[in-house]
Amino acid sequence: MQGSGSLRPIVIPGEAVGGPGLKPGPGTYSEGGQLFAAQLGIRNEQDGLVSVIPLNGRYIPQRGDAVIGEVTDLGASHWLVDINSPYPAPLHATESPWRVEFGDTARYLKVGDVIMAHVLSVDEIKRVQLTMQEHEARRLNGGMVMEISPTKVPRVIGKQGSMVSLIKDLTHCQIYVGQNGRIWLDGNDRDTAIAARAIRLIEERAQASGLTEAVRELIEGAQRETRGPRPS
Amino acid sequence: MEDIEHIEKEMKLIKADGRRLDGRKADELRPVRIEAGVLRRADGSAYIEWGGNKVLAAVYGPREAHPRHLQDPARALVQCRYNMAPFSVSDRKRPGPDRRSVEISKVISEAFSAVVFKEQFPRTSVDIFIEVLQADAGTRCAGLTAASVALADAGVPMRDLVASCASGKIDGVVCVDLNKEEDNFGDADCPMAIVPRTGEIVLLQMDGHLTFDEFQKAMEMSIGATHRLYELQRDALRRRYSTTLEDILKESPPVPPPPMPESELPPPPEDDFGPEGI
Repeated sequence: MQGSGSLRPIVIPGEAVGGPGLKPGPGTYSEGGQLFAAQLGIRNEQDGLVSVIPLNGRYIPQRGDAVIGEVTDLGASHWLVDINSPYPAPLHATESPWRVEFGDTARYLKVGDVIMAHVLSVDEIKRVQLTMQEHEARRLNGGMVMEISPTKVPRVIGKQGSMVSLIKDLTHCQIYVGQNGRIWLDGNDRDTAIAARAIRLIEERAQASGLTEAVRELIEGAQRETRGPRPS
Repeated sequence: MEDIEHIEKEMKLIKADGRRLDGRKADELRPVRIEAGVLRRADGSAYIEWGGNKVLAAVYGPREAHPRHLQDPARALVQCRYNMAPFSVSDRKRPGPDRRSVEISKVISEAFSAVVFKEQFPRTSVDIFIEVLQADAGTRCAGLTAASVALADAGVPMRDLVASCASGKIDGVVCVDLNKEEDNFGDADCPMAIVPRTGEIVLLQMDGHLTFDEFQKAMEMSIGATHRLYELQRDALRRRYSTTLEDILKESPPVPPPPMPESELPPPPEDDFGPEGI
Protein backbone atom coordinates (compact mmCIF):
# COMPACT_ATOMS: atom_id res chain seq x y z
CA MET A 1 0.00 0.00 0.00
CA GLN A 2 1.21 3.47 -0.79
CA GLY A 3 2.10 5.77 2.05
CA SER A 4 3.59 3.06 4.23
CA GLY A 5 7.11 3.93 3.11
CA SER A 6 9.93 4.01 5.60
CA LEU A 7 9.96 6.78 8.16
CA ARG A 8 12.86 9.13 8.62
CA PRO A 9 14.55 8.63 11.98
CA ILE A 10 13.13 10.53 14.90
CA VAL A 11 15.40 12.62 17.10
CA ILE A 12 14.70 13.09 20.77
CA PRO A 13 15.61 16.17 22.85
CA GLY A 14 19.25 15.95 23.87
CA GLU A 15 20.24 13.78 20.92
CA ALA A 16 23.34 14.88 18.96
CA VAL A 17 22.34 16.10 15.50
CA GLY A 18 25.61 17.53 14.18
CA GLY A 19 29.19 18.41 14.87
CA PRO A 20 31.31 21.50 14.30
CA GLY A 21 30.91 23.32 11.00
CA LEU A 22 27.14 23.03 11.01
CA LYS A 23 24.86 25.84 12.05
CA PRO A 24 22.04 25.35 14.57
CA GLY A 25 18.62 25.96 13.05
CA PRO A 26 15.13 25.89 14.56
CA GLY A 27 14.56 23.06 17.03
CA THR A 28 18.25 22.67 17.84
CA TYR A 29 20.81 24.21 20.16
CA SER A 30 24.57 24.20 20.28
CA GLU A 31 26.77 23.46 23.24
CA GLY A 32 30.53 23.17 23.10
CA GLY A 33 30.61 23.07 19.30
CA GLN A 34 28.14 20.20 19.15
CA LEU A 35 24.54 20.48 17.98
CA PHE A 36 21.69 18.82 19.85
CA ALA A 37 17.98 18.43 19.23
CA ALA A 38 15.80 20.63 21.41
CA GLN A 39 12.55 19.10 20.27
CA LEU A 40 11.12 15.75 19.36
CA GLY A 41 11.12 15.70 15.59
CA ILE A 42 12.75 14.82 12.31
CA ARG A 43 16.32 15.90 11.61
CA ASN A 44 16.74 18.06 8.54
CA GLU A 45 19.98 19.39 7.04
CA GLN A 46 20.15 22.04 4.35
CA ASP A 47 23.23 24.06 3.29
CA GLY A 48 25.01 23.38 6.58
CA LEU A 49 22.00 24.40 8.64
CA VAL A 50 20.64 21.65 10.84
CA SER A 51 17.07 21.91 12.05
CA VAL A 52 14.56 19.64 13.70
CA ILE A 53 11.08 19.60 12.22
CA PRO A 54 8.89 19.22 15.29
CA LEU A 55 6.26 16.50 15.44
CA ASN A 56 4.15 18.32 17.97
CA GLY A 57 3.87 21.70 19.60
CA ARG A 58 1.92 24.90 19.97
CA TYR A 59 1.58 27.59 17.32
CA ILE A 60 3.92 30.51 17.95
CA PRO A 61 2.93 33.46 15.73
CA GLN A 62 5.41 34.80 13.21
CA ARG A 63 5.20 37.94 11.11
CA GLY A 64 3.38 37.40 7.83
CA ASP A 65 1.63 34.16 8.81
CA ALA A 66 -1.87 33.65 7.49
CA VAL A 67 -4.05 32.61 10.40
CA ILE A 68 -7.67 31.69 11.01
CA GLY A 69 -8.95 33.28 14.19
CA GLU A 70 -12.09 33.55 16.20
CA VAL A 71 -13.20 36.90 17.61
CA THR A 72 -13.35 36.59 21.41
CA ASP A 73 -13.81 40.18 22.56
CA LEU A 74 -14.62 43.64 21.25
CA GLY A 75 -12.99 46.92 22.16
CA ALA A 76 -13.95 50.43 21.08
CA SER A 77 -11.31 50.38 18.35
CA HIS A 78 -10.13 46.78 18.20
CA TRP A 79 -11.16 43.15 18.28
CA LEU A 80 -9.45 40.47 20.31
CA VAL A 81 -8.88 37.35 18.26
CA ASP A 82 -8.07 33.84 19.42
CA ILE A 83 -5.49 32.47 17.00
CA ASN A 84 -4.86 29.15 18.76
CA SER A 85 -1.59 30.32 20.28
CA PRO A 86 -0.49 31.14 23.84
CA TYR A 87 -0.69 34.83 23.02
CA PRO A 88 -3.81 36.99 22.59
CA ALA A 89 -3.93 38.71 19.20
CA PRO A 90 -5.62 42.11 18.83
CA LEU A 91 -6.85 43.33 15.46
CA HIS A 92 -6.97 47.11 15.39
CA ALA A 93 -9.82 48.83 13.58
CA THR A 94 -7.38 50.62 11.29
CA GLU A 95 -6.03 47.24 10.17
CA SER A 96 -9.48 46.01 9.16
CA PRO A 97 -10.72 46.28 5.56
CA TRP A 98 -13.54 48.58 6.68
CA ARG A 99 -13.83 52.19 7.80
CA VAL A 100 -14.80 51.67 11.42
CA GLU A 101 -16.13 54.52 13.51
CA PHE A 102 -14.81 54.63 17.08
CA GLY A 103 -16.98 52.36 19.23
CA ASP A 104 -18.68 50.81 16.23
CA THR A 105 -16.60 47.61 15.98
CA ALA A 106 -19.59 45.34 16.64
CA ARG A 107 -21.12 46.32 13.29
CA TYR A 108 -18.34 44.55 11.40
CA LEU A 109 -17.23 41.61 13.55
CA LYS A 110 -19.03 40.05 16.49
CA VAL A 111 -17.82 37.68 19.15
CA GLY A 112 -17.71 34.20 17.61
CA ASP A 113 -17.05 35.37 14.06
CA VAL A 114 -14.25 33.57 12.27
CA ILE A 115 -11.76 35.54 10.22
CA MET A 116 -8.85 34.92 7.94
CA ALA A 117 -6.14 37.42 8.88
CA HIS A 118 -2.38 37.90 8.80
CA VAL A 119 0.13 38.49 11.54
CA LEU A 120 1.23 42.11 11.19
CA SER A 121 3.94 42.07 13.81
CA VAL A 122 5.36 40.12 16.73
CA ASP A 123 7.77 41.84 19.11
CA GLU A 124 10.39 40.32 21.39
CA ILE A 125 7.95 39.75 24.23
CA LYS A 126 5.56 38.15 21.73
CA ARG A 127 2.99 40.91 21.57
CA VAL A 128 1.06 40.08 18.45
CA GLN A 129 -0.85 42.36 16.10
CA LEU A 130 -3.09 41.18 13.30
CA THR A 131 -4.02 42.79 10.00
CA MET A 132 -6.78 42.20 7.50
CA GLN A 133 -5.31 44.45 4.82
CA GLU A 134 -4.05 41.60 2.63
CA HIS A 135 -6.38 40.71 -0.20
CA GLU A 136 -7.18 37.16 0.95
CA ALA A 137 -8.16 38.34 4.44
CA ARG A 138 -11.88 38.14 5.08
CA ARG A 139 -14.63 37.18 7.44
CA LEU A 140 -15.43 33.50 6.89
CA ASN A 141 -19.14 32.80 6.61
CA GLY A 142 -20.55 29.28 6.75
CA GLY A 143 -18.42 26.20 6.28
CA MET A 144 -16.59 24.50 9.10
CA VAL A 145 -13.33 24.99 10.94
CA MET A 146 -11.15 22.06 11.93
CA GLU A 147 -8.03 22.12 14.03
CA ILE A 148 -4.88 20.15 13.37
CA SER A 149 -1.47 20.21 14.97
CA PRO A 150 0.23 23.43 13.73
CA THR A 151 3.40 21.46 13.03
CA LYS A 152 1.58 19.50 10.32
CA VAL A 153 0.41 22.57 8.40
CA PRO A 154 3.29 22.52 5.85
CA ARG A 155 2.34 18.95 4.89
CA VAL A 156 -1.34 19.85 4.47
CA ILE A 157 -0.33 22.71 2.17
CA GLY A 158 2.29 20.67 0.32
CA LYS A 159 4.96 21.95 -2.03
CA GLN A 160 3.65 25.20 -3.57
CA GLY A 161 0.23 24.27 -2.25
CA SER A 162 0.12 20.99 -4.16
CA MET A 163 -1.58 18.97 -1.43
CA VAL A 164 -4.30 21.45 -0.60
CA SER A 165 -5.08 22.03 -4.29
CA LEU A 166 -5.34 18.27 -4.77
CA ILE A 167 -7.96 18.09 -2.02
CA LYS A 168 -9.73 21.15 -3.40
CA ASP A 169 -9.86 19.66 -6.91
CA LEU A 170 -11.05 16.23 -5.84
CA THR A 171 -13.68 17.35 -3.33
CA HIS A 172 -14.71 20.68 -4.90
CA CYS A 173 -14.41 22.28 -1.49
CA GLN A 174 -13.23 25.76 -0.71
CA ILE A 175 -10.35 25.46 1.74
CA TYR A 176 -8.27 27.98 3.66
CA VAL A 177 -5.33 26.73 5.71
CA GLY A 178 -4.06 28.93 8.53
CA GLN A 179 -0.49 28.59 9.78
CA ASN A 180 -1.99 28.25 13.26
CA GLY A 181 -3.39 24.81 12.47
CA ARG A 182 -6.95 25.92 11.79
CA ILE A 183 -8.46 24.93 8.49
CA TRP A 184 -11.68 26.32 7.11
CA LEU A 185 -13.64 24.11 4.71
CA ASP A 186 -16.77 24.89 2.75
CA GLY A 187 -18.63 22.66 0.34
CA ASN A 188 -21.49 20.19 0.44
CA ASP A 189 -21.73 17.98 3.50
CA ARG A 190 -20.34 14.80 1.98
CA ASP A 191 -17.37 16.47 0.30
CA THR A 192 -16.51 18.47 3.41
CA ALA A 193 -16.52 15.28 5.47
CA ILE A 194 -14.26 13.53 2.95
CA ALA A 195 -11.89 16.50 2.80
CA ALA A 196 -11.76 16.57 6.61
CA ARG A 197 -10.85 12.88 6.66
CA ALA A 198 -8.14 13.45 4.07
CA ILE A 199 -6.69 16.23 6.22
CA ARG A 200 -6.76 13.99 9.28
CA LEU A 201 -4.84 11.36 7.29
CA ILE A 202 -2.21 13.91 6.35
CA GLU A 203 -1.94 14.97 9.97
CA GLU A 204 -1.45 11.40 11.15
CA ARG A 205 0.92 10.39 8.37
CA ALA A 206 2.76 13.69 7.99
CA GLN A 207 6.19 12.06 7.82
CA ALA A 208 5.36 9.25 5.39
CA SER A 209 6.50 9.17 1.80
CA GLY A 210 3.92 8.74 -0.94
CA LEU A 211 1.42 10.75 1.06
CA THR A 212 -0.11 12.44 -1.98
CA GLU A 213 -1.06 9.08 -3.45
CA ALA A 214 -2.48 7.87 -0.13
CA VAL A 215 -4.62 11.00 0.07
CA ARG A 216 -5.84 10.61 -3.50
CA GLU A 217 -6.69 6.98 -2.78
CA LEU A 218 -8.57 7.86 0.39
CA ILE A 219 -10.65 10.57 -1.25
CA GLU A 220 -11.49 8.54 -4.35
CA GLY A 221 -12.26 5.47 -2.25
CA ALA A 222 -14.52 7.45 0.06
CA GLN A 223 -16.31 9.01 -2.89
CA ARG A 224 -16.89 5.59 -4.46
CA GLU A 225 -18.20 4.16 -1.22
CA THR A 226 -20.66 6.96 -0.58
CA ARG A 227 -21.94 7.28 -4.11
CA GLY A 228 -24.65 4.59 -3.63
CA PRO A 229 -28.03 5.17 -2.01
CA ARG A 230 -27.65 7.25 1.11
CA PRO A 231 -28.89 5.82 4.41
CA SER A 232 -31.80 8.01 5.39
CA MET B 1 -2.58 -4.79 66.98
CA GLU B 2 0.97 -5.26 65.85
CA ASP B 3 3.81 -3.57 67.60
CA ILE B 4 5.47 -1.30 65.06
CA GLU B 5 8.72 -1.14 67.03
CA HIS B 6 8.86 -4.90 67.09
CA ILE B 7 8.35 -5.22 63.32
CA GLU B 8 11.08 -2.74 62.55
CA LYS B 9 13.64 -4.76 64.44
CA GLU B 10 12.51 -8.06 62.97
CA MET B 11 12.19 -6.87 59.34
CA LYS B 12 15.07 -8.40 57.43
CA LEU B 13 15.34 -6.54 54.14
CA ILE B 14 18.34 -8.39 52.77
CA LYS B 15 18.10 -12.15 52.57
CA ALA B 16 20.93 -14.54 53.37
CA ASP B 17 21.91 -14.82 49.69
CA GLY B 18 22.46 -11.06 49.54
CA ARG B 19 19.32 -10.47 47.51
CA ARG B 20 16.48 -8.18 48.52
CA LEU B 21 12.98 -9.27 49.55
CA ASP B 22 11.67 -9.07 46.00
CA GLY B 23 14.68 -11.00 44.71
CA ARG B 24 16.56 -8.05 43.28
CA LYS B 25 20.26 -7.42 43.55
CA ALA B 26 21.44 -4.17 45.14
CA ASP B 27 21.86 -2.38 41.81
CA GLU B 28 18.79 -3.81 40.12
CA LEU B 29 15.75 -1.74 39.15
CA ARG B 30 12.16 -2.86 39.39
CA PRO B 31 10.57 -3.59 36.00
CA VAL B 32 9.73 -0.32 34.19
CA ARG B 33 7.36 0.21 31.29
CA ILE B 34 6.77 3.63 29.73
CA GLU B 35 4.21 4.60 27.13
CA ALA B 36 4.02 8.01 25.46
CA GLY B 37 0.95 9.80 24.12
CA VAL B 38 -1.75 8.04 26.10
CA LEU B 39 -4.12 11.00 26.58
CA ARG B 40 -5.90 12.63 23.68
CA ARG B 41 -6.83 15.99 25.22
CA ALA B 42 -3.43 16.85 26.64
CA ASP B 43 -0.71 18.36 24.44
CA GLY B 44 1.63 15.63 25.61
CA SER B 45 1.26 12.68 27.93
CA ALA B 46 2.92 9.55 29.24
CA TYR B 47 2.14 6.60 31.46
CA ILE B 48 4.68 4.73 33.50
CA GLU B 49 4.53 1.47 35.39
CA TRP B 50 7.49 1.11 37.67
CA GLY B 51 7.30 -1.88 39.97
CA GLY B 52 4.06 -1.29 41.86
CA ASN B 53 3.86 2.36 40.82
CA LYS B 54 1.38 3.46 38.21
CA VAL B 55 1.66 7.12 37.24
CA LEU B 56 0.07 9.26 34.52
CA ALA B 57 1.67 12.50 33.38
CA ALA B 58 0.07 15.17 31.19
CA VAL B 59 1.59 18.36 29.80
CA TYR B 60 -0.20 21.45 28.50
CA GLY B 61 1.40 24.39 26.86
CA PRO B 62 3.16 26.65 26.41
CA ARG B 63 -0.16 28.38 27.07
CA GLU B 64 -1.31 31.71 28.43
CA ALA B 65 -0.30 31.93 32.10
CA HIS B 66 -3.12 32.45 34.58
CA PRO B 67 -3.48 34.31 36.89
CA ARG B 68 -2.04 37.12 34.82
CA HIS B 69 0.17 38.55 37.58
CA LEU B 70 2.22 35.34 37.54
CA GLN B 71 3.30 35.93 33.93
CA ASP B 72 6.96 36.63 33.44
CA PRO B 73 7.65 38.99 30.51
CA ALA B 74 11.04 37.36 29.92
CA ARG B 75 10.37 33.63 30.15
CA ALA B 76 7.83 30.88 30.52
CA LEU B 77 6.75 29.49 33.85
CA VAL B 78 7.11 25.80 34.45
CA GLN B 79 4.34 24.73 36.77
CA CYS B 80 3.78 21.28 38.13
CA ARG B 81 1.08 19.56 40.11
CA TYR B 82 1.85 16.23 41.70
CA ASN B 83 -1.23 14.51 43.02
CA MET B 84 -1.92 11.15 44.58
CA ALA B 85 -5.26 9.49 43.97
CA PRO B 86 -7.15 8.61 47.16
CA PHE B 87 -6.96 4.94 46.16
CA SER B 88 -3.24 4.96 45.37
CA VAL B 89 -2.22 3.75 48.84
CA SER B 90 -3.64 1.11 51.17
CA ASP B 91 -5.03 3.62 53.68
CA ARG B 92 -7.25 5.99 51.72
CA LYS B 93 -5.34 9.21 51.13
CA ARG B 94 -7.33 12.32 51.90
CA PRO B 95 -7.73 14.00 48.52
CA GLY B 96 -6.20 17.36 47.78
CA PRO B 97 -2.79 18.94 48.11
CA ASP B 98 -0.93 18.36 51.36
CA ARG B 99 2.49 19.37 52.63
CA ARG B 100 4.19 16.45 50.92
CA SER B 101 2.61 16.85 47.48
CA VAL B 102 3.15 20.61 47.46
CA GLU B 103 6.83 20.00 48.14
CA ILE B 104 7.11 17.35 45.44
CA SER B 105 5.34 19.61 42.94
CA LYS B 106 7.81 22.35 43.73
CA VAL B 107 10.97 20.28 43.36
CA ILE B 108 9.72 18.66 40.14
CA SER B 109 8.85 21.97 38.53
CA GLU B 110 12.29 23.26 39.47
CA ALA B 111 13.91 20.19 37.93
CA PHE B 112 12.15 20.85 34.63
CA SER B 113 12.86 24.58 34.79
CA ALA B 114 16.50 23.64 34.34
CA VAL B 115 15.99 21.93 30.99
CA VAL B 116 13.08 23.70 29.27
CA PHE B 117 14.01 26.58 26.93
CA LYS B 118 11.85 29.02 28.83
CA GLU B 119 13.13 32.13 27.04
CA GLN B 120 11.46 31.04 23.81
CA PHE B 121 7.99 31.48 25.26
CA PRO B 122 7.76 34.68 27.31
CA ARG B 123 4.58 35.27 29.32
CA THR B 124 3.37 31.69 28.99
CA SER B 125 3.27 28.70 31.27
CA VAL B 126 4.04 25.06 30.70
CA ASP B 127 1.81 23.01 32.97
CA ILE B 128 2.74 19.52 34.07
CA PHE B 129 0.25 17.26 35.81
CA ILE B 130 1.37 14.12 37.55
CA GLU B 131 -1.32 11.77 38.81
CA VAL B 132 -0.24 8.85 40.94
CA LEU B 133 -2.76 6.05 40.47
CA GLN B 134 -0.93 3.45 42.51
CA ALA B 135 1.99 4.11 44.80
CA ASP B 136 4.76 1.76 45.88
CA ALA B 137 7.62 4.09 46.88
CA GLY B 138 9.54 6.19 44.42
CA THR B 139 6.50 7.94 42.94
CA ARG B 140 8.26 11.27 42.56
CA CYS B 141 10.96 9.62 40.47
CA ALA B 142 8.37 7.72 38.44
CA GLY B 143 6.32 10.89 37.99
CA LEU B 144 9.32 12.92 36.94
CA THR B 145 10.47 10.28 34.48
CA ALA B 146 6.99 10.09 32.94
CA ALA B 147 6.52 13.87 32.90
CA SER B 148 9.75 14.27 31.00
CA VAL B 149 8.46 11.93 28.28
CA ALA B 150 5.17 13.86 28.27
CA LEU B 151 7.06 17.16 27.84
CA ALA B 152 8.95 15.82 24.84
CA ASP B 153 5.69 14.40 23.47
CA ALA B 154 4.12 17.87 23.76
CA GLY B 155 6.91 19.28 21.60
CA VAL B 156 8.22 21.58 24.30
CA PRO B 157 11.80 22.60 23.44
CA MET B 158 14.18 21.31 26.07
CA ARG B 159 17.89 20.62 26.50
CA ASP B 160 17.43 16.95 27.27
CA LEU B 161 15.04 14.52 28.87
CA VAL B 162 15.25 14.24 32.65
CA ALA B 163 15.53 10.81 34.18
CA SER B 164 15.14 10.11 37.85
CA CYS B 165 15.76 7.28 40.26
CA ALA B 166 16.14 6.96 44.01
CA SER B 167 18.69 4.98 45.94
CA GLY B 168 19.01 4.35 49.64
CA LYS B 169 20.28 2.22 52.43
CA ILE B 170 18.57 -0.89 53.75
CA ASP B 171 20.06 -3.10 56.45
CA GLY B 172 23.23 -1.07 56.07
CA VAL B 173 23.54 -1.87 52.35
CA VAL B 174 23.30 0.82 49.69
CA CYS B 175 20.64 -0.18 47.15
CA VAL B 176 18.97 1.41 44.17
CA ASP B 177 15.21 2.00 43.66
CA LEU B 178 13.70 1.11 47.05
CA ASN B 179 10.23 -0.45 47.17
CA LYS B 180 7.55 0.19 49.78
CA GLU B 181 8.93 -2.13 52.50
CA GLU B 182 12.49 -1.00 51.95
CA ASP B 183 11.41 2.63 52.03
CA ASN B 184 9.37 2.18 55.23
CA PHE B 185 11.84 0.05 57.15
CA GLY B 186 15.11 1.07 55.53
CA ASP B 187 17.68 3.52 56.88
CA ALA B 188 17.74 6.15 54.12
CA ASP B 189 16.12 7.10 50.82
CA CYS B 190 17.70 9.52 48.39
CA PRO B 191 15.76 10.46 45.24
CA MET B 192 17.76 12.04 42.47
CA ALA B 193 17.09 13.40 38.97
CA ILE B 194 19.74 14.03 36.37
CA VAL B 195 20.11 15.38 32.87
CA PRO B 196 21.68 12.25 31.37
CA ARG B 197 23.59 13.94 28.55
CA THR B 198 25.56 16.30 30.78
CA GLY B 199 25.22 14.53 34.12
CA GLU B 200 23.80 17.65 35.78
CA ILE B 201 21.76 16.97 38.90
CA VAL B 202 18.41 18.75 38.87
CA LEU B 203 16.81 17.12 41.89
CA LEU B 204 18.41 15.76 45.01
CA GLN B 205 16.67 14.99 48.26
CA MET B 206 17.43 12.74 51.19
CA ASP B 207 15.39 11.16 53.94
CA GLY B 208 17.47 9.46 56.63
CA HIS B 209 21.20 9.41 57.04
CA LEU B 210 24.04 8.33 54.77
CA THR B 211 27.75 8.70 55.38
CA PHE B 212 29.72 10.53 52.71
CA ASP B 213 31.01 7.26 51.25
CA GLU B 214 27.54 5.72 51.26
CA PHE B 215 26.15 8.84 49.64
CA GLN B 216 28.71 8.67 46.87
CA LYS B 217 27.91 5.02 46.29
CA ALA B 218 24.16 5.82 46.23
CA MET B 219 24.72 8.61 43.76
CA GLU B 220 26.75 6.39 41.49
CA MET B 221 23.99 3.78 41.56
CA SER B 222 21.26 6.32 40.85
CA ILE B 223 23.18 7.74 37.93
CA GLY B 224 23.66 4.27 36.49
CA ALA B 225 19.94 3.60 36.87
CA THR B 226 18.90 6.90 35.28
CA HIS B 227 20.89 6.04 32.18
CA ARG B 228 18.94 2.82 31.87
CA LEU B 229 15.69 4.77 32.35
CA TYR B 230 16.80 7.32 29.76
CA GLU B 231 16.95 4.54 27.18
CA LEU B 232 13.44 3.41 28.15
CA GLN B 233 12.18 6.99 27.82
CA ARG B 234 13.70 7.40 24.38
CA ASP B 235 12.34 4.05 23.36
CA ALA B 236 8.82 5.05 24.44
CA LEU B 237 9.01 8.24 22.36
CA ARG B 238 10.32 6.41 19.31
CA ARG B 239 7.56 3.80 19.57
CA ARG B 240 4.93 6.53 19.81
CA TYR B 241 5.89 7.98 16.44
CA SER B 242 6.64 4.91 14.39
CA THR B 243 3.17 3.55 13.78
CA THR B 244 2.53 2.32 10.29
CA LEU B 245 -0.16 3.48 7.91
CA GLU B 246 -2.01 0.23 8.46
CA ASP B 247 -2.40 1.07 12.14
CA ILE B 248 -3.64 4.53 11.33
CA LEU B 249 -6.18 3.29 8.82
CA LYS B 250 -7.43 0.77 11.36
CA GLU B 251 -7.95 3.58 13.85
CA SER B 252 -9.64 6.01 11.48
CA PRO B 253 -13.42 6.07 11.83
CA PRO B 254 -14.96 3.47 9.53
CA VAL B 255 -17.72 4.38 7.11
CA PRO B 256 -21.05 3.69 8.86
CA PRO B 257 -22.44 0.35 7.64
CA PRO B 258 -25.63 0.45 5.58
CA PRO B 259 -28.77 -0.02 7.71
CA MET B 260 -29.70 -3.65 8.11
CA PRO B 261 -32.88 -4.73 6.32
CA GLU B 262 -35.77 -5.03 8.76
CA SER B 263 -36.53 -8.69 7.89
CA GLU B 264 -33.12 -9.95 8.98
CA LEU B 265 -33.61 -8.80 12.54
CA PRO B 266 -34.69 -11.54 14.94
CA PRO B 267 -38.37 -11.20 15.90
CA PRO B 268 -38.79 -9.36 19.20
CA PRO B 269 -39.53 -11.68 22.12
CA GLU B 270 -43.21 -11.93 23.05
CA ASP B 271 -42.61 -11.58 26.74
CA ASP B 272 -39.76 -9.39 27.85
CA PHE B 273 -40.51 -9.23 31.54
CA GLY B 274 -38.44 -12.21 32.66
CA PRO B 275 -39.34 -14.51 35.54
CA GLU B 276 -41.15 -11.77 37.48
CA GLY B 277 -43.64 -11.28 34.67
CA ILE B 278 -44.87 -14.84 34.76
